[in-house]
Amino acid sequence: MYYKSSFLRKVFVVCNSCILILACASCLFPILHTLALSLSSADAVAAGRVSLLPVEFQLDAYLHVMEDARFLSAFLVSVKRVLLGLMVELCMTILAGYPLSKTKKQFPKRNVYMGFFLVTMCFWGGLIPSYLVVKQTGLVDTIWALVLPGAVNAGNVILLQNYFKSLPDEIYDSAQVDGAGEWRILLQIFLPLAKPILAVLVVYIVVAHWNSWFDGMLYMNHAEKFPLQTYLQTIVVEIDPKEVFNVKDLQNISTRNMKAAQIFVAMIPVLCVYPFAQKHFIKGIVLGSVKG
Amino acid sequence: MNVKKKKKKKYLAFHLMLLLPVLFLVVYSYIPMGGFIIAFQDFKPIKGFLKSEWVGLDNFMTIFKNPFFGRALINTVIIAFWKIIFGQLVPLVFSILLNEVAHAGRKRVAQTIIYMPYFISWVLMSGIIIEIFSPSGGAVNRLLELVGIEPIFFLGSNAWFKPIIVATDVWKRFGWGTIIYMAALSGIDLNLYEAAMLDGAGRWKQTLHVTLPGIAPTVIMLLTLSFGDILNAGFDQVYNLMSGVTMEAGDILDTLVYRLGIEQGQYSISTAVGLFKSMVGMMFVLLSYKLAHKITGYRAF
Repeated sequence: MYYKSSFLRKVFVVCNSCILILACASCLFPILHTLALSLSSADAVAAGRVSLLPVEFQLDAYLHVMEDARFLSAFLVSVKRVLLGLMVELCMTILAGYPLSKTKKQFPKRNVYMGFFLVTMCFWGGLIPSYLVVKQTGLVDTIWALVLPGAVNAGNVILLQNYFKSLPDEIYDSAQVDGAGEWRILLQIFLPLAKPILAVLVVYIVVAHWNSWFDGMLYMNHAEKFPLQTYLQTIVVEIDPKEVFNVKDLQNISTRNMKAAQIFVAMIPVLCVYPFAQKHFIKGIVLGSVKG
Repeated sequence: MNVKKKKKKKYLAFHLMLLLPVLFLVVYSYIPMGGFIIAFQDFKPIKGFLKSEWVGLDNFMTIFKNPFFGRALINTVIIAFWKIIFGQLVPLVFSILLNEVAHAGRKRVAQTIIYMPYFISWVLMSGIIIEIFSPSGGAVNRLLELVGIEPIFFLGSNAWFKPIIVATDVWKRFGWGTIIYMAALSGIDLNLYEAAMLDGAGRWKQTLHVTLPGIAPTVIMLLTLSFGDILNAGFDQVYNLMSGVTMEAGDILDTLVYRLGIEQGQYSISTAVGLFKSMVGMMFVLLSYKLAHKITGYRAF
C-alpha cells in the first residue's frame, strides 16, 4: 500500500536492479570463466582469448583430469572424510545439543557443561600443540586425523541446542508424562522435529569438510593421502614470479586449462549442496547468534 | 525416594550423552590449550612437554626483537581492519538494496547467486583469482588493455597485495553477510512505515528515518563484535595468495606462526607468537563484547 510509483521511484528501481545484477554477475563470472577456460584449447587460454564461452571447444582437460590417478585418489579421500566427518560430527552435535538444551531445572549440571563447551570457542591451543596432540594420539597419516580433531564443533552444538530450546515445552513435558526415557524423547520426538536445523548442519559440515585443506597438509606426510583440496593446493595455487617477464614455457601454458578443469570439478559438490539449505540459513544464523 | 532415584537415572542419560563429546574436547581442545606451556620452554619433541627446559619469557624476548614479527603484526592489523570495515558496510548496503526488490522469486535467485562465493574454498578461489588477475592474459588485465593500461602483476606487487586481499575477501563474503541484516530488516515493525507514510514520508525518507534507525543496533553490535577479529587477517586466503615477492606486504601473524613452527621446526618460538596473538585477540574479543553490550544496551533497550 505504500507503493506510490513516482518517477524517482522508477529511476531507483532501475538503478537498484542494475547494481544487483552487476553484483550477481561478479559472483557468477569467476565460475563461468573457469568453466569456459576448462573447455577451451590450451592455445586459446594462453592467448587470452577466452572469456565466458569456450574457444576451440574440447574436453581434453577433463580427460586429463579423469586419467590423473592422484586427482582421483585425492577425490576419494575427500569423499571418505566428508562421509566419516558428517557421521561423527552429526552424532556428537546431537548428543551434546540435546542435554544442553535443557533448562537448569531439568538438568542441574547444564550450565557447567555449557561453560565447558563455550571455552573451546574462545581459546584455541595453537598450531604446534594441536599438531603434537594429533601426533601423540597416533592419527598422523590416517583419515581420522581429518575427522576426529574437529569432531565437536561448539558453534554447531549451540546452534542445535538453541533450536531444541525453541520447541514448545509441552512436547517435552507430555513425552515425560507418557513415561518416555530421555534417549527415546531425543530420537523419536526431538530429532524428527529438528529436520530444518539438521539440514543446515549437514550443509555446514559437508562444506567445511570438503573445503578443508590445511589439516591435510599438516597431518598427512604422504602426498597420496592428501584430500582433494590439499592436493589441489599444491597444484593450483602457484604464483610464478617470473610470469611478469612473460617466460612462457610450453608446459606451463598447457596446464592453465587443466587447472581450470580441476578447480571446476572440485567446486561441483559444494555448488550442488548449498542451495538446498538456503531457506533455513536465516534461521540458523539468527539462532546461532543468540548464544546462551 | 523413588522420585529421587528416577531423577538421578534421568540425569545419568544426559551425562552419558555428553560423555563422548566432552572426551573429544578434552583431548583435542583442552590438552592443546595446556600445550601453550611450550611457549615458555625450549621445547624438544624428544624430551616432551614435561622434561623440556624452562626458559621463562626468553621466547617472547626473541620474537619482539625479530623484525619479521613487527612487520607481520602491522600487516595483520591493517588487513584485518579494512576487512572488518568493508566486511560490514558492503553487506549492509546490499541487504537494503535487496530488501527493495519486490519480486520474491527474483530476490531469492539473487540471494542464491551472491551466497555462492562464500561456499567455495580459499584454495579453489585462490586458483581462480590467480588466473583472473594473471599478467599474461588474465581477464582483469585484458580489460585494462582495452583502456590502454599496461598489464599489472597484481599478485606479484607489494603495492597491490593488501587491496586485492581485502577486496576479494569482502567480495567472497558480502552475500553471506546480507543474511543477518536481512533478518534484522524483516524484524522492523511495519506499522512504523505506515506511520511514516501518513506523515508524508516517501521511500527515501522511510529508509532514512525508519529502516536505518531500525537496523542501527544490529549494525553497531556486529561492527563492535567484529573488532574481536582484529588479529585475524585470514590465514587460508593470505597463505594461498602470497608468494615470496609479496611477503613484505602480505606476511601476517598466522603465516609467520606456520613458517616458524612447521617449516622451520621452531616449536617454542612459533607457539609464543601464537600465544601472543591469542592473548591480544582475546582481549579485543572481551573488550568488543563489553563495548557491544554497553552501546547496544544503551541504544536498544
